[in-house]
Parts: sequence; structure tokens; C-alpha cells
Amino acid sequence: MTLMDRIDGAKVEGHRPWPRVVVDEAGWRAAATELAAGHLTLLGLWGDKGGAQMVVHMAVLDEATAEIAVASIECPQGSFPSVGAVHPPAIRLERAVHDLYGLTPLGLADMRPWLDRGVWGVSRPLGTAERLPPAARPYAFLPTDGESLHQIPVGPVHAGIIEPGHFRFTASGETVVRLEARLGYVHKGIESLMTGAPLDTAARLASRTSGDSTVAYALAFARAAEAALGIEAPSRAIHLRALMAELERLANHFGDIGAICNDASFALMHAQCGILRERVLRAADTCFGHRLMMDRVVPGGVSHDLTDAGAAQLRGLLDEARRVFPRLVKLYDNTASLQDRTAGTGILREDLARQFGVGGCVGRASGRVFDARKRPGYPPYDQLDFAIATFEGGDVNARVWVRIREAEQSLDLVEQILRSMPAGPIKADFQASLKPAEGMALVEAFRGDVLAWLRIDNGCVARCHLRDPSWFQWPLLEAAIEGNIVADFPLCNKSFNCSYSGHDL
Amino acid sequence: MRRTLLEGVIHSPLTEAPPERDDAALKELAASLDRAARRRLGRSLSIRQVDAGSCNGCELEIHALNNAFYDLERYGLRFVASPRHADVLMVTGPVTKNMREALERTYNATPDPKWVVAVGACAADGGIFARSYACVGRLSDVIPVDLHIAGCPPSPKALLSGLLALMETMDS
Repeated sequence: MTLMDRIDGAKVEGHRPWPRVVVDEAGWRAAATELAAGHLTLLGLWGDKGGAQMVVHMAVLDEATAEIAVASIECPQGSFPSVGAVHPPAIRLERAVHDLYGLTPLGLADMRPWLDRGVWGVSRPLGTAERLPPAARPYAFLPTDGESLHQIPVGPVHAGIIEPGHFRFTASGETVVRLEARLGYVHKGIESLMTGAPLDTAARLASRTSGDSTVAYALAFARAAEAALGIEAPSRAIHLRALMAELERLANHFGDIGAICNDASFALMHAQCGILRERVLRAADTCFGHRLMMDRVVPGGVSHDLTDAGAAQLRGLLDEARRVFPRLVKLYDNTASLQDRTAGTGILREDLARQFGVGGCVGRASGRVFDARKRPGYPPYDQLDFAIATFEGGDVNARVWVRIREAEQSLDLVEQILRSMPAGPIKADFQASLKPAEGMALVEAFRGDVLAWLRIDNGCVARCHLRDPSWFQWPLLEAAIEGNIVADFPLCNKSFNCSYSGHDL
Repeated sequence: MRRTLLEGVIHSPLTEAPPERDDAALKELAASLDRAARRRLGRSLSIRQVDAGSCNGCELEIHALNNAFYDLERYGLRFVASPRHADVLMVTGPVTKNMREALERTYNATPDPKWVVAVGACAADGGIFARSYACVGRLSDVIPVDLHIAGCPPSPKALLSGLLALMETMDS
């Protein structure tokens, strides 16, 4: 039975590359039941004020067949049956939909605002917006019961160079009984700025959704726009995009491996990995004119070509990384005091990883074999040779090892891409269509799969939703830390390395 | 481990020469800095970084200041974990309304004399997020700013130049 047989509704024309169907309440509930039963994986859930009706879209994945579909339910009464009520991964997404659109998920137990603090001066900014005088509202954290429990509030301003968020620990002595995160501090209103923006402006916004994944976001946005417009980037551009994406993955993985070790007070790894990271960023700067390669992937192709000198520099980078990195891997593997901190710490159970459809290192360290580069897949990865690095342990150590294996593979991928780089143009000419068209893409960022969905109308973006992998990782961090000591939280947190900005939008 | 440590001893350091002074940044500063406070601080500065809504791009480059190539601490500059210990607040982002109160509280928790450095295009004028319902936009609309470091994000070199300019103005 294909995925479309299981989602009953009216197919929408002009939604590419995967189908979108408008379902009634029964169809919506049926899809929710399939999610709850573990037959489908939730990819995203977002609101839309397209035509006469407000709509909630839900993207789902059939992991067995790698089929993807979007189910949409119209909300004439301003409400929809809650998916989160039966499938917890949807809870925060629905709370966000309620904040931004005013649409009520019927049956959802947790209706606390998620992004809206009452200080925007407007409520339901993407729905039936209403001006309101700003007034901060109190927030009730989930209650905890038990003897001798104490709470530790942390953040939003943290003791390091990191993004803001609030963590509320409830501890019994040193042991964490419950962690609850409160996010939304860096909500910038990206989706409202997207609405009505020309494609190039929207692409720049997408590139600044989470700066560490700027290439992946730009790629997801570009691929969604190209799907909607029915155009394809030239072959050389596709290779250059993958080259940038792998450089981004390398820089982040090197940085994260070092930072995780640093949180276990092993500064040597941090210093050495920091050097590798800096070398990647400098090579990116030489090749593409920007250390993070921001705005280099654009709808239709890429903005910068790779010169022969640039390719030579990248080969030098490969030589250097292959000389140094194996030694650092050995150092990690052979340092018992370091392993003592990472092995067995912050275990994420495999069933939770599967239930939340969690992507990236977090999922693959808990046995979830999923990588958007393979399935659903996108070029040029179908022509490249690499495997999905998967571990079973689910602890900090396993998340380090996934990063190590992926960094090694990215080095190989960079070499393969350089070898197979075709000549030719780097950007396709196109006209943004005047009639409505919808497109969608799933791209593997270093952190996991980024989903981009957009509707183009009158040559501009009418609606764009970007779903960061962190949406499904933040709740699992709360599960992984349970029963660990408070002092191991930084280590666990760094091994997840969720994005605040990508999540808060 | 021994080989890695040994290489660190026998190879020349990766740390690079300090960047040239950024004169525009110097000028902006000269007007706003108090001479007496400069003397009192000497050449050591403690920095507290505050993300007020950045995309995290600026944070990545601020982080890089600590790596072997830039080695921030050789200039007497270091990042501290609390605003109570800070002389300088380095603020990034278009000041989201959800972060405004936390930013103001951090500023108020920083003892005088203090300086504020606005890092990146967003902190200068809201950047690409300026028109949003969720952002204040200009950092200087929330707390007084002494220095702007431009860029999206500013490179570590640009950050270093700005911070050095801040220090030199304090000394003179």
C-alpha cells in the first residue's frame, strides 16, 4: 500500500515534488493515528493563511518506502484535531501554530504559549493579527512532586558564547529528575518576513535561519523554490552545492567534536579540532568568498564558481585533515578519563528516537538509520559513494562517533565531488512564476534534516515554512538527561547541539 | 597524545600577527569613552557575550577568537561567564522582543565602567530582520552602544580589530 492510499483526500495540483492532499477531519485523524502507531514519521506541521480558509499542513514520511506527502486540513472554525494529543512530537509544533495563527489544536492538553510571551505588541501575527499592548505573561513550568526536590533555573543568558534559552532543572541531590526547556527567546518572525518577499530576499532570510547551517538552509530553500518553479540547477552548480554542504558539515563536526571534549575538560582535543575547523572556514573563504558560505547557494544554482586555485586549496585541506584527524580520533578513543565522561552518559533510547523521527547525529547514534542525502535523496549524492554512519549506544560517546565517521566521509565526499566536477554554467536563468506553485525539499544539514516548504505567487513568496531538525531534538534532550547528574548537562547538551535560532524562527 | 603535544612544542605557533587598527572604529569610540575609566582598567578586559536574537553566525566567529590562530587572550581579553565580571558586553542580533528584558537585565548587572560592542549587521540596525513584529531592531535603541563591528557575520579578524581599537582608545 502506498502512502497516498493511506491519506484520503483531494490531491492539490502544482505541489512538487511530493503530493499534497486536502483531507477532512477523518482523514486528518487517520494520519495522526498512523503517526501514533509508528507507521509514519512526522516531518513537520505548520499553519498557512493561503486562500479563503486558514489551513494546517502536516508533512509525513513513510520510512519503509521513503515516500513523503503533505496532508492539509482547512480550519473554518479556527481549530483542528490535535495530532500532539496522540503523537507527542507534534505538541510544540501545534503550540507554535496556535501562537502564530491562533488556530486551536482541539484535544491538546498542553496549551501554554510556546513562542509568544505577550511582548510582540501583536497576537496571532501570521493569522488574524490583532494589535495588543505588550505585557509579559508568566509561564508555568510542569509540576514536579517528591521529597527534597530542588529547582535550578538556567538561562536565557548562559555562561558561554551560546544562544539563549531557559532550562529548568528539577534535581534530587545531583540527579536530574526533570528538565524542561523554555525556548522562543530568539524568535525573529522569519516566516512573517518571508511572506511577500521576492525570492532573493527570501533566500537571504532562509540563509540566516540558523547561521551554522546556512548552506543547508539556502539549499533547502533553493530546492523547494526550484521544485515549485519546475526548474533545475545546472550540473556544475549541483556539485558546487554539495561541496559547500560537505565543507559546512566538516567545519561543524570538527567544532562539535572538540567542544564536546572541552565540556569534559579535555582542552587538547578542543584546541586541535578548532584548528581543523578554522582551516575549513579559511578554505571556504578562499574558494567562495565567505567563511560560512552565506548566500552562496541561490535559487537556480550558486553565486560563486570554484577556480582551479580554489580546488587546489581544498586538496591541501584534505591532505592536512587526513594527516591530523586520525591521530585525534585515536586520542579520543584511547583517553580513558575522557571516555569515562562520554560513555554511558545521556542515553537516548532507540524507541524515542524512532517515535520522534529525530534526525542527524542524535538519531543515528540511537540506531535510527536515516539520512536525507540517501533517502529521499537528491543529486549529486546518488552518484557519490558513502554510507550512513549509525551507532546503537545512544550516549554522548555514540554521538561523538557518528560525527567522527561523518567527518571522515565528508572528506571522502569532498574528494569525490572535486574529481567528478563537471564544467558548465553555475546558474539557471528563470522567471519566478506569476501563478501559484508550491514546492518542498528535505536537505541533510550537519544537524539533521531541514524541511523547506513554500508557495510562490505573483513572483514572490506567499508562504514559506522552514523546519529545523532541532524541533524533534530539543524534547529528546529532556529525556536523555533524566537520571544523569546536573554536571553532565553541558556534555549532553553539546552532544545534541540543537539550534535555538533555527527552532525559534 | 604525546605526538600531538610534541608537535605543538617543536612547530612554530599558528597564532598570527595582530590585525591593523580599524580607524573608523577608533573614531567612533573616541567620542564615547571616559578617560578616567580607561586608566583604571589598564590593558585587561573581560567580555560577556549576549546573543539578543542572532542567527548564531556571529557566535561562531566570536568563538573562533579563542582558537590558536587568533588567540584572544594574548591581548588581555577574555570571555567571562557572568555579567558581574564583565567590562564589555558584546551583543549580537536584532534584539528580539523576547530577549529584550534579559538583555536589559544583563546590562544592568554589569558593573560600571562598562562598554557595549554591537556585533554584526543585525545589532547595528536590525539587518534583514529589521521590519519584523518580533524584533526591536537597533541595539542602541535598547542600551547605549560604544562601538559597532560590521559584517554578516564579522570575520574574527574584524572582531579582533574592533576589540583592539577599543583597548587602545582606553589606554590613551
